Amino acid sequence: MNDQYRENDEYDPNSGDVAPGVVDVADRSIREGVEGYLIGFGLAVLLTVGSFLVAGTHAIWEPGIPVALVVLAIAQIGIHLVFFLHITTAPDNTNNALALAFGVLIVVLVVGGSIWIMSNLNSNLMPMMPVTPAQS
Amino acid sequence: MSTATEAVPHGHRRAADPYRVGHGHGGGAHGFATGHGEGGPASKRVIVGYGFWIFLLTDVVMFSCFFAAHGVLQNETAGGPSGPELFNLTHVAIETGCLLLSSFVCGLSFVATEARSMLWTQIFLLVTGLLGAAFLALEAQEFAGMVAAGAGPQRSAFLSSFFAVVGLHGCHVTAGLLWLGTMMAQLWVKGFRPNVLHRLLCFNLFWHALDIIWVALFTIVYLVGAGR
Amino acid sequence: MLGKLTLQAIPFDQPIPFIAALVVISIVTAVLFWVVVRGHLPYLWHEWITSVDHKRIGVMYISLGMVMLLRGFIDAVMMRSQQALAFRAPGYLPPEHYNQVFSAHGTIMIFFAAMPLVIGLMNFVVPLQLGVRDVAFPTLNSTSFWLTATGALLVNLSLIVGEFARTGWLVYPPLSELRYSPGVGVDYYLWAVQISGVGTLLTGINFVTTILKVRAPGMSYLRMPVFTWTALAASLLIIAAFPVLTATLGMLILDRYLGFHFFTNTGGGNMMMFINLIWAWGHPEVYILVLPCFGVFSEVVPTFSGKPLFGYRSMVAATMFICIVSFMVWLHHFFTMGAGGNVNAVFGIATSIIAVGTGVKIYNWLFTMYGGRINFATPMLWAVGFMVTFVIGGMTGVMLAVPPADFLVHNSLFLVAHFHNVIIAGVLFGVFAGVTYWFPKAFGFRLQEGWGKAAFWFTLVGFYVTFVPLYVAGLLGMTRRLQHYEVAAWRPWVLAASFGIIILFIGMVCQLVQIVVSIRRREQLRDVMGDPWNGRSLEWATTSPPPVFNFAVLPNVQGEEPYWEIKRRAIETQQLSPEPHYEAIEMPRNSPTGVITAFFCTITGFSLIWHIWWLVIVGLVGAYGVFVWFAWRDVEEYVIPAEEVARLDRERRAAREKWLAEHVRVSEPA
Repeated sequence: MNDQYRENDEYDPNSGDVAPGVVDVADRSIREGVEGYLIGFGLAVLLTVGSFLVAGTHAIWEPGIPVALVVLAIAQIGIHLVFFLHITTAPDNTNNALALAFGVLIVVLVVGGSIWIMSNLNSNLMPMMPVTPAQS
Repeated sequence: MSTATEAVPHGHRRAADPYRVGHGHGGGAHGFATGHGEGGPASKRVIVGYGFWIFLLTDVVMFSCFFAAHGVLQNETAGGPSGPELFNLTHVAIETGCLLLSSFVCGLSFVATEARSMLWTQIFLLVTGLLGAAFLALEAQEFAGMVAAGAGPQRSAFLSSFFAVVGLHGCHVTAGLLWLGTMMAQLWVKGFRPNVLHRLLCFNLFWHALDIIWVALFTIVYLVGAGR
Repeated sequence: MLGKLTLQAIPFDQPIPFIAALVVISIVTAVLFWVVVRGHLPYLWHEWITSVDHKRIGVMYISLGMVMLLRGFIDAVMMRSQQALAFRAPGYLPPEHYNQVFSAHGTIMIFFAAMPLVIGLMNFVVPLQLGVRDVAFPTLNSTSFWLTATGALLVNLSLIVGEFARTGWLVYPPLSELRYSPGVGVDYYLWAVQISGVGTLLTGINFVTTILKVRAPGMSYLRMPVFTWTALAASLLIIAAFPVLTATLGMLILDRYLGFHFFTNTGGGNMMMFINLIWAWGHPEVYILVLPCFGVFSEVVPTFSGKPLFGYRSMVAATMFICIVSFMVWLHHFFTMGAGGNVNAVFGIATSIIAVGTGVKIYNWLFTMYGGRINFATPMLWAVGFMVTFVIGGMTGVMLAVPPADFLVHNSLFLVAHFHNVIIAGVLFGVFAGVTYWFPKAFGFRLQEGWGKAAFWFTLVGFYVTFVPLYVAGLLGMTRRLQHYEVAAWRPWVLAASFGIIILFIGMVCQLVQIVVSIRRREQLRDVMGDPWNGRSLEWATTSPPPVFNFAVLPNVQGEEPYWEIKRRAIETQQLSPEPHYEAIEMPRNSPTGVITAFFCTITGFSLIWHIWWLVIVGLVGAYGVFVWFAWRDVEEYVIPAEEVARLDRERRAAREKWLAEHVRVSEPA
């Protein structure tokens, strides 16, 4: 093992490791590959249509609509991750899933923290005068 | 191009317990669950794929800052037009359809790549690009309309943050199309070499990630925003 | 045609910047002249500028950092001397200029001195400690360095053409908005930091991938040296935090260039959003700087105590704890800006909690030293100086973490003294310790001890004489960034601080003399065997300097401190392990991609600053073109034949066999 990287680039039997977005070539045929993407696409379409319907409907209690939309979005992101990006919980995917979890943590901290901080700041502002129209 | 039918080491593979529950650490040789790293440096494909995945996550963090800014500024309309007045949800739905379809077709191109079919890979990549271009055209049309109606990004903080977050996504799509064109040319000239395959893998990751961002975008900016 | 750029941009009418610019131009021209005329250019181009070797890139980073440290220090001298003269007097620096000096001081020290120094150490050491040949993406590594150099170049260009920002190193709006800073100063800052920020982000990606995916066989996570763990933590912080910086500065750029209203006074902008986001980056940034330095001490202290590190697993845990919690404390930088008691309480408590991680580390270092045989070589002096000084700085930090206390001293010199306390003790001492420790590995000869010790003592004493008075002045109410002041009670402390900076200056001179003397006496200081300090980790198994491929055969790692094991076995059996089977090695080819991309980015940045729009397009197209040209190359690697590998490794083994014969059972195994 003198070279920096294994040039057996397709599949590395020893590391037990998988790149994100990759499924073992040996493990699936063309048909299985297309099926995977087709299922993902179908589910994504359903969820998208669902989102648009929920946004315009009066059937749901109005304050609940944003919550429903976020849930549908999270579900669709999950579909994308599993069916298009092939992120799984298999042990050879551990690093990929951990990296994703780290990213999600950072996003939650930054976005959640910012919104919490900013709303506290805004609520502590003096009563606003009429906002001046935009000047440079 | 070697297939992966070689080296299924000693019947270890998928039948055995991949988490090696009940076995200790170390003991040299080849841990399956990643993180043990006993196998030495990973293959180039794994390295490139992982590095690009990390890059995508940094891109997601950058987008989340713009989302946060939009969340904070979405009510700052400075007396100007607000979301419900401006957003045409049918238009957005068509854009979403184009991008989702392009993501699906991109996946098909990857299947064609794995099957080493130059013709189908290029066809699907081309369709991916055309759908992406359609998405961009629709978005440009929307932006131009808003600017013409006096609702450009200079009008208010809300509009600034809207144009920034949606526009940033559009810039990424544009960059992606530029990359796609270059990739198609390189694939045509060089064939399915290892480094070209790695780059196609990266492009796939990128294109799917863009669609993921769009899901968050159309949900939070347009759908939730239109309800205000 | 040339946008806003006119001859007025050159500061003919301001003596101080004009003279400074002339000095810089003269030095740069002289160096370039010497390089070209003496025929060094081909060597420099092939061996350094286009190198993708992590060792070379590491040395270039540290060189850049040291030069910029010098420039930042000169800014500091200017600030201290101005304040010394400016009691009820105007001093010699007018306010518009003084404001640029302190802004440049902060910007340069953080972005172009500390970051390159720390990243340089990571670059040089981590692949060697991992037992591999290079990082995951060598050409990307080169590009990262050159983009950082681009940023440094742009900041220094502002001295000659135009001006720098007058807003402080974090360019708060609305002052940094176009309305209140219409000149090019803030733009210089924005593009220099954005471009180098991209370089740093790419470094973060590179090192996370390397440490997680490219290690020697047998090196599981819990067998990695602590410096590598801290490099991993810092790289994770880089990839998490730098996108926030890019986004936030991007929003300010949109405000300034396209009239957006993110942070403006009008149109509904919210300038607190900038402060919130920039500190969400800013706090992890200081941990990016200090964690690898903690890692340096975790290497230096065991080596010079002759004992393994105490509490390896708790060190690792503390490092990752600090990494995660550093993302939960950022509001403590703006307690006073109106978030209210609840928010302040949460972040204040989190800030106090993060100190626990560092506390664990300090105790582990102390317990490592206890019972060991301490060798007070220069790196160990820096380590002990750090432990005492950093603890003091940390304690003032915990004071500041209490919101009611912070309300009294926020933005006073107390704060300034605190952060200089922790950065100088942590980052500066850490970098000096690391550079002294790994210098022989990089260049094949040690730095001269006498001048090193002198540098340490002058710097240590100089630090205290400069900054302890500033703590007092801050408690007496003196605000930061004052161009002049009226309060008599502050005067003695300000003067004491100015005296201190003279001592620091002497320390700096000692460092420069040390380098010159060491080069001149390099044969006496030669490191023949490759392990001058009796080290414990894998980098000391190589020659000094290592061959381009680092290891002829990737080592098979059996336990923690793999090299110590190898050494112990060799000393016990009085022989080296049997000669391995040598194979040809493929190494990545050098590439001018990095430097040419950076060249086009410099053009893009400069023309964006001066609004030369056609040149912006030229720069962008050029950068893209280089990228495609690089992607199109057919041959990515070159082969070192097995005979060459064998020859180099046999030289290494011969030197070690000679050392073994001369040192029969001298070092007792642990």
